[in-house]
Amino acid sequence: MTATTHAAPPRTAPPRAADAVRRAAQRSARRRRNAAAGVLMTPFFLLLVLVFLVPLGTAVWLSLFSADEPGLGFGPERTVFVGLRSYAAVLTDPTFLSGIGTVALYCVIYIPLMVLGSLALALLLDSGVVRMRSWAQLGLFLPHAVPGIIAALIWLYLYTPGISPVVAALAKADITVDFLGLHTTLPSIVNIALWSNLGYNMVVFYAALQAIPREVLEASVVDGAGPVRTAVRVKAPLVRSSIVMVAMFTLIWALQLFTEPMLLHQASPMVSTRFSPSMYIYDAAFSRTNYSLAAAASVILLVVTIAVSYAVTRWTNRVDSAKETAR
Amino acid sequence: MSLAHPDPMRPRLLGRATVNVVVALSVLYTLLPVLWLVLAAAKSRDAVFTSSILSFHDFSLVSNVKDLLTMDGGLYGRWYGNSLLYAVLGAALGAMISVACGYAFDKYRFRHKEKLFGLVLAAVMVPQTVLALPLYLIASETGVVNTFWSVFVPVLFNPFGVYLGRIFAQGYVPDEVLEAARVDGAGELTTYLRVSLRMLGPGLVTVFLFQLTAIWNNFFLPMVMLSNQHLYPLSLGLYQWNSQATVSPEYYPVVITGSLLAVLPLILAFILLQRFWRSGLTAGAVK
Repeated sequence: MTATTHAAPPRTAPPRAADAVRRAAQRSARRRRNAAAGVLMTPFFLLLVLVFLVPLGTAVWLSLFSADEPGLGFGPERTVFVGLRSYAAVLTDPTFLSGIGTVALYCVIYIPLMVLGSLALALLLDSGVVRMRSWAQLGLFLPHAVPGIIAALIWLYLYTPGISPVVAALAKADITVDFLGLHTTLPSIVNIALWSNLGYNMVVFYAALQAIPREVLEASVVDGAGPVRTAVRVKAPLVRSSIVMVAMFTLIWALQLFTEPMLLHQASPMVSTRFSPSMYIYDAAFSRTNYSLAAAASVILLVVTIAVSYAVTRWTNRVDSAKETAR
Repeated sequence: MSLAHPDPMRPRLLGRATVNVVVALSVLYTLLPVLWLVLAAAKSRDAVFTSSILSFHDFSLVSNVKDLLTMDGGLYGRWYGNSLLYAVLGAALGAMISVACGYAFDKYRFRHKEKLFGLVLAAVMVPQTVLALPLYLIASETGVVNTFWSVFVPVLFNPFGVYLGRIFAQGYVPDEVLEAARVDGAGELTTYLRVSLRMLGPGLVTVFLFQLTAIWNNFFLPMVMLSNQHLYPLSLGLYQWNSQATVSPEYYPVVITGSLLAVLPLILAFILLQRFWRSGLTAGAVK
């Protein structure tokens, strides 16, 4: 017994030392890993601070301050805190509100058309009866390689009487359409965006559809479901996450609407310089050089974007969990 | 397919025809405007303006391109070079930065990791138009406004690339590989550069393509930052010429021909790198 008690300390001592060595090695390994992670992440986070956080902070700061010119503009200019005055100015500006209304209407028309259209095309291509499928896909995807400003240019020409073969052909059939008229401008813009992005989203959906396990589809056939039923009831629900993602990105882009109306503005009096909130921001900042107004409008646009995206995520999550409990 | 044994997987002939017609019409919808651009670029101005674009005489693509390249002292060539520089260099550097960061998010553990990742995801949602004015003011403050850098630095920032990079690191680089490299005594960064980066190759190309397209399309930021025509990318240059065309119509043909040539690099990139972006789209759709 005594021997063992005597023997015990030397027997445990070496493991303890090894433990310490191992722990030290682990610590240095962890330090090395932390250093590596730091090196790999630093460039991105430098950019994040420089071109994202600082500008974001600047926008908020600008929106709360304003250049005041005391004495009818003859005194020295100074920057004063004006609180929410710029926000009030933006939110009571009818041109800004009409811009918000325009974009809201644009979203209501564009997003369902885009999501349903690209999903339907993907389902058709996935049905296995389409001839020359990869060529069809390539053709549908092609507009994605056309920059937004050039897509807008092409369509602007196709809307312009005297240049457009479309207008000429319609005229021959005794149909006169003014694509840039009072009620047609917004649908014309929707068409440009749809043309640009339909194929891209179709490919996203198609890729998701291809990932559905074949057994699931075979089971639905055994259950007696026809191809249409299988597409609508089985395939479409299985690519829900892609649908949400596409809808979300489409929404975020739609809220920024700028390039297409900016170009159409050159040709159509129906597109004012404050047609959309983004154009309002540009106009306030660079035509009127009212930075606090532009900054306040920017922050409002940002808040709306985040709120809408958050609402979409929450809503889809709730639908998901409701379905889970129903199951 | 025989009528005696109807196969439930195969829709009836009428259904097949309908599906093919719908797809064919959609393809025409996406292709015809591009075809119009090709034909218009190959025509003299008069032919374009009389809508008689489908006639095949008076082919003048070559003289149109010549006009384009000599317009305003060869500005177009300058714009083309700028666009290539902003897009190719920016996308290459930006993809490296984003993928490295996404990789670190996947392979290392550190404090507040998911909070930081949340910040990255939030950055995806923030509209560019919101950041443009403060970026412009910061650029004027630091004196880089109206320089190459004022456009080049902001376009490097690609939070969606970090998100994709994390997914790719998860999918393409098994943790066992890193463990094996550590046992061999290789340094973390050496392992990244020699082993992981090679495995991340296809993902890197995907992020590169996404960013290439985004920068090539970029319009708002250059418009805000640049006043020197010699620094313009194609998008802004063509916009400028198109606005001049409303006053002086001799700009119309150069805008059309210039648009056609501006589309080619992206089409080329998409065809050459086809198998990469397809995998990238799936990765983005999984989550």
